[in-house]
Amino acid sequence: MSDALAPRGFGRALETFGAWALAIFWIAPLLYCVWTAFHPPEYATKFALWAPLSVENFVKAWNAAPFARYFLNTFALVTMVLAGQLVLVTLAAYAFARFEFIGRDIAFALVLVQLMIMPDVLLVENYLIMARLGLVDTILGIGLPYFASAFGIFLLRQTFKSLPKELDDAARVEGAGVLVTLWRVYVPLARPTYIAFGLVSVSYHWNNFLWPLIVTNSVETRPLTVGLRVFTAIEQGVDWSVITAATLMSCGPLLIAFLLFQRQFIQSFMRAGIR
Amino acid sequence: MSKARATIYGWLLLGPAFVLLAAFTHWPAIATLYHSFHSTARRNRPSVYVGLDNYQGMIDDPVFWQALINNFWYAVGTIPVSVALALLMALWVNEKLAGRTWLRLAYFTPTVLPMIAVANIWLFFYTPDYGLFDQIRGLFGLRATNWLGEPGTVLGCLIVMTVWKEAGFFMIFYLAALQSMPPNLAEAAAIEGCGRWTFFRRVTFPLLMPTTLFVLVNAVIGAFRMVDHVVALTGGGPNNASMLLLVMIYDVAFRYWDVAYAATLTVVLLAILGSVALIQFVVLEKRIHYR
Repeated sequence: MSDALAPRGFGRALETFGAWALAIFWIAPLLYCVWTAFHPPEYATKFALWAPLSVENFVKAWNAAPFARYFLNTFALVTMVLAGQLVLVTLAAYAFARFEFIGRDIAFALVLVQLMIMPDVLLVENYLIMARLGLVDTILGIGLPYFASAFGIFLLRQTFKSLPKELDDAARVEGAGVLVTLWRVYVPLARPTYIAFGLVSVSYHWNNFLWPLIVTNSVETRPLTVGLRVFTAIEQGVDWSVITAATLMSCGPLLIAFLLFQRQFIQSFMRAGIR
Repeated sequence: MSKARATIYGWLLLGPAFVLLAAFTHWPAIATLYHSFHSTARRNRPSVYVGLDNYQGMIDDPVFWQALINNFWYAVGTIPVSVALALLMALWVNEKLAGRTWLRLAYFTPTVLPMIAVANIWLFFYTPDYGLFDQIRGLFGLRATNWLGEPGTVLGCLIVMTVWKEAGFFMIFYLAALQSMPPNLAEAAAIEGCGRWTFFRRVTFPLLMPTTLFVLVNAVIGAFRMVDHVVALTGGGPNNASMLLLVMIYDVAFRYWDVAYAATLTVVLLAILGSVALIQFVVLEKRIHYR
């Protein structure tokens, strides 16, 4: 709501209070997790303001499971998925935005099907396909079903369509071919959309769990989320401090990136949401 | 460019993406339907056509009905609350309240966490005796509860976690819509002497209708698709009290290796998602045209 009707006086104070109360309530579980992770185990359920800080829990968690390998796997996964998506999505979006080809409308409808039926839902059949391709328990196997992102195609097509067609014609007159025009004219102008899509994609695949759980079964391929699950599923002598440390560690890079660039993150998610 | 040339270029550009899309979305969807009419291949017993047997088996399976009903209550429990909270958050963040950047950060941060991390954090709260909830209850002399181990409370626990994670995500969409609203609407309303609540009810909320639809569709899909925390925390138990459709599919497929039955259940899931798409399409065509 804009300024003209913004609350004033007591109403404003009340709303500010409400907003802050909800915010504190909302962030509390995460703060609690941070508190537990950075303090010795005896403070896990006991709040004391001057409790000694320690990184002991992180050291223990790091040594208890091959987290370095998990980080490497997740990093490889998100990089590979994003690279694959950027190439495929750019080409497809350009086709839909600028070429009046036969079968375009049907093809576009078929692409949109994936917005509803994501690979996450077709677990069984995709697993069978991966088994046939010999890609079970490979990082490529985790990522491949997501390369052709309908969401990305849709998003980028909107952006490409909004660019003036004269630019395209001008490039043609200059003698630039289709791919050169795409690379020199469209891609640079669509940068904000690429950033938005990239952030959404990276956070999605960093956090994805069920499909990687199904398709991997060794330390060499497991991403962080699955590694964290294997780690916390060990029931004997649950050490909460170590578990919270491991949990924070696994989402650490993404969380820190988000806190540092929160404006860009939120704007990207907003841009991705507007259709 | 001639139509023929455009067609060649168009398909060449689309080709790579389309092949993968067909391989991992269209083909699996069709194969699911095919497998639902066939028996699961076992050793010495190849897969054969069985007609509607799998569907009959599903209808006779009480676990299937429980999963469907649970999923319904899970959706009913998560969607209205998270959407309403998202709208409230967006309205507050959009106003120039003190420290709005911090507010936005607090509301949005759970969205960035993996569901599996969210599960770990909340598991700590739900742990009997030791967890936060029981410690608070202990202060009032209430007995310890095994929150995730009781059929009566487990679904509620999962709903709370989901709302916590999703509200901030939906807030973003409302925020985007609110920020693109022309400020002169509010100015005009203020001149006319219209109150804040009336303005929200008569102007803001109707204008947000397309966003609400979009968020609702996403929320419904999410309620059927996002089961990481269920798989990690309860596996559908105790006694199937938190069994959701996708969890059951995962269970049937990868614990019992019953591909045919898993395919049959997947067909139901696809039908649900398909109807959501259809409803969205019809509503979009018909009602929500304010732009």
